[in-house]
Amino acid sequence: MTTNDGHGDRWFDREAGPVVRPYAVTKGRTLPSGGASFGLIDVVIATNERPSAPFRPGPEHRQILNLCRRPTPIVDLTSEIDLPLGVVRVLLGDLTSEGMLRVLSTQKQPVTDQRLLRMVLDGLESL
Amino acid sequence: MDLNHFDAASAGGTVPSTAKILISGGFGVGKTTLVGAISEIRPLRTEEPLSDRSVGVDDTRGVGAKTTTTVAMDFGRISFPSDLVLYLFGTPGQERFWFMWDDLAIGAVGAVVLADTRRVADCFASIDYFERNGMPFVIAVNCFDSAPRFEPDDIRIALSLPPEVPIVLCDARERDSVKKVLVSLVRYVMNNNSRRNQISIA
Repeated sequence: MTTNDGHGDRWFDREAGPVVRPYAVTKGRTLPSGGASFGLIDVVIATNERPSAPFRPGPEHRQILNLCRRPTPIVDLTSEIDLPLGVVRVLLGDLTSEGMLRVLSTQKQPVTDQRLLRMVLDGLESL
Repeated sequence: MDLNHFDAASAGGTVPSTAKILISGGFGVGKTTLVGAISEIRPLRTEEPLSDRSVGVDDTRGVGAKTTTTVAMDFGRISFPSDLVLYLFGTPGQERFWFMWDDLAIGAVGAVVLADTRRVADCFASIDYFERNGMPFVIAVNCFDSAPRFEPDDIRIALSLPPEVPIVLCDARERDSVKKVLVSLVRYVMNNNSRRNQISIA
């Protein structure tokens, strides 16, 4: 935040950036627990399971669960909540290891699923 | 794709099929424009003003009035009635963001390498990356108004590309033109796959 009075270049609200630094939300962790990896277009869903006793979901965890009541691609989730992808991945790792969230589909490399490719082709051609 | 349908119905929603295509190419070649031309959402992006600090880093010669560049994730989305969602991810234009490429590339159908005939060498890095990683790609030559026109065969020689890689002339601002580019990529990937299957059967 700049405090350059009289020059009109002070930052307010969102402009001023987050009140809490992004990785404070993950308590400094930069990688998901248990070596989980989450692809950008993997689809996740909340399971409505209760967490085990020691795990206390934070507001950001609850926000993710709220957004994932329907099957949701991770990239859409990330663009909905105002947190960096790396932070979202750590939080997703917490939720999946508690069984509160599950991954419904993941992408592999290379894409050889001709049915999926046909869907993409048909979709594009119908635009 | 590995679909697990068991709790989708109880959640009151079908599991969307998701696919992604990478949009790559040199700095200022029109990646964000291309994504914006066909996406149903405004591309999520952070265009940072180019400052004098980036002189020597961001070479804007021949790019005219470009004063911003994409520094964060740049993506667009097209949803189809078949519950398919296709995402387009622009790769970061500057080499200092190369660490993001592997993440973007995992599970991608293929890539579009946008080229500008005024600065052909700018797309070498993208081509190298996709060749090294076995990612199928097509070249889309963005026909800027002021840029010289070349035949696809001349471009193929300039980029030393094998004969099977498709080269498409396009206008990244035009939705129909972008659609043709994406269709040619998906056809190319499907042909590659069926050729590979035939070889493995034979």
